[in-house]
Amino acid sequence: MTNGPDGGKMDLQTDVETAASKTPKPIINNQTTTMQQAASAKPIIKVDDVAFYYGDKQALKSINVDIAEKRATAFIGPSGCGKTTLLRCLNRMNDLVLNTRVTGSISLDGKNIYDPSTDVIQLRRRVGMIFQKWNPFPKSIYENVIYGLRIVGVKNRALLDETVEKNLRRAALWDEVKDNLHKSAADLSGGQQQRLCIARALAVEPDVLLMDEPCSALDPISTAKIEELIHELKNAFTIVIVTHNMQQAARVSDFTAFFYLGELIEFGETGTLFTAPQKRQTEDYITGRFG
Amino acid sequence: MTQDVEKNTARRKRRDALFAVVGLLATFVGMITLGALMLDLLTDGAGRLSYAFFTAFPSRFAGRAGILTAWVGTTLVMLVTAATAVPMGVAAGIYLEEYAPKNWFTAIIEINIANLAGVPSIIYGLLALGLFVYQLNLGQSILTAGLTLALLILPIVIVATREAIRTVPNSIREAAYALGATKWRTIRDHIVPYSTGGILTGVIIALSRAIGETAPLITIGALTFIAFLPDPPITSEFPFISFQWLMSPFTVMPIQMFNWVSRPQAEFHLNAAATGLVLMVMTLCMNAIAIYFRYRFRKRIRW
Repeated sequence: MTNGPDGGKMDLQTDVETAASKTPKPIINNQTTTMQQAASAKPIIKVDDVAFYYGDKQALKSINVDIAEKRATAFIGPSGCGKTTLLRCLNRMNDLVLNTRVTGSISLDGKNIYDPSTDVIQLRRRVGMIFQKWNPFPKSIYENVIYGLRIVGVKNRALLDETVEKNLRRAALWDEVKDNLHKSAADLSGGQQQRLCIARALAVEPDVLLMDEPCSALDPISTAKIEELIHELKNAFTIVIVTHNMQQAARVSDFTAFFYLGELIEFGETGTLFTAPQKRQTEDYITGRFG
Repeated sequence: MTQDVEKNTARRKRRDALFAVVGLLATFVGMITLGALMLDLLTDGAGRLSYAFFTAFPSRFAGRAGILTAWVGTTLVMLVTAATAVPMGVAAGIYLEEYAPKNWFTAIIEINIANLAGVPSIIYGLLALGLFVYQLNLGQSILTAGLTLALLILPIVIVATREAIRTVPNSIREAAYALGATKWRTIRDHIVPYSTGGILTGVIIALSRAIGETAPLITIGALTFIAFLPDPPITSEFPFISFQWLMSPFTVMPIQMFNWVSRPQAEFHLNAAATGLVLMVMTLCMNAIAIYFRYRFRKRIRW
């Protein structure tokens, strides 16, 4: 198959370096439009020729994609297509998985995060993560929210209290829990626990928030709440969301990347990708013919 | 065809019932043995249990002999054992589970630890005799005994720690790492607190094994007749704490029992039974504490 993303990557780089005024070389029409739109938002993360291996099995093949700052980018595709793997590369969570290997470069604000000089601890404080299955600590709601501050030694009670309220409000959870801050997080419902995890991630004040299918185990009402939240959050944070739900991708994201069998098939502005996909596979997937 | 299935089902159900009976019998064998043992010790030894029995030194008169030096010795040796085996075992368990890279070297270490748990205890006694007594000149002391038993239970503590740590869901580790926690911070704030119940249970079970060990302590030369107590740990002079007791000779409960059993007079056998009873109760108490801890910690941590 012809490599759309490669062409896209070249365009993107030109774009980034020479600002939006310059018209990128039109390799594929759709991507040209994408690039023009992407140009209005500065990319914060640039994924450059990334391949990923679990042992001998290659999970990602030469991925090039730019994540625009303070926008929501969705990764869609059938199970096993590599979208979660790529997401977990963005904050080096995959370092924790044994026997894996990554090639290529991913830069955050122009600095390769896979460079040996990168401090992974610092990186993860800039690039937060929400997991598919909510994972609050078996502690109080309060302790959960401030954990990211605790580990850097913040002890100022007033500051901690303020952080708890601010971030629970950001995660649209404050009104539901404000009287029970010292109750166990395990007492909350699934949707509330997931929003608590969002509050916990936001309390670190990251630049980027990675969300790995954050609603896949939630009921429709909780899902709606979190989607609404994403809409709010993308004003202040860069969001990358992996989702199986195409309606969700269409609803919450500005850009969408479609992955299939470890390759980035198509990347573009969400509206365009869903209404006028350029690739056959994308069209088949979004119209439900496979996946 | 239907008939066949019916007949077949009946046969399979009979087999099911048969196994339940066999399993029940097997369980009873253990229960009855333990019950008989306790009853035997009780009928023989209960009469000797008195305040005086716990506060008297050993004596050549069975009626006056007591287990003071034995239970003090056992308690002190256990203190040394716990103080050394628990930190070392827990640290080793954490390292192997959380830090150690998975390669041939750690694989060898793991196989070795599994094997160590199966080494006969008298071998540890020989090792201790050569290392602690002769090489390090620690003497036939409480310290030597405590360290010997610590080595003996170290593999049990390590394995128990690893098992306990493995029950902490990986999602918790990921949650902490994603917030920028270091490995140590994750271990300190999450892994260890959430597995404390399991670790404590393993530690206490290991200690209840150590409390009954006789062979390695005889090998290092524990005395069977001690008519004095170790130096007290608290002194009236500065710095008020003394570690002299670590170096004093000692005896422990099982050795005291062994001594009495090997005497010809039947009265001493009663003393041995009474000591056995006390030792059993001590072990059962430790197990009860383990169960209590497990219950408390499990209750406190709700996922």
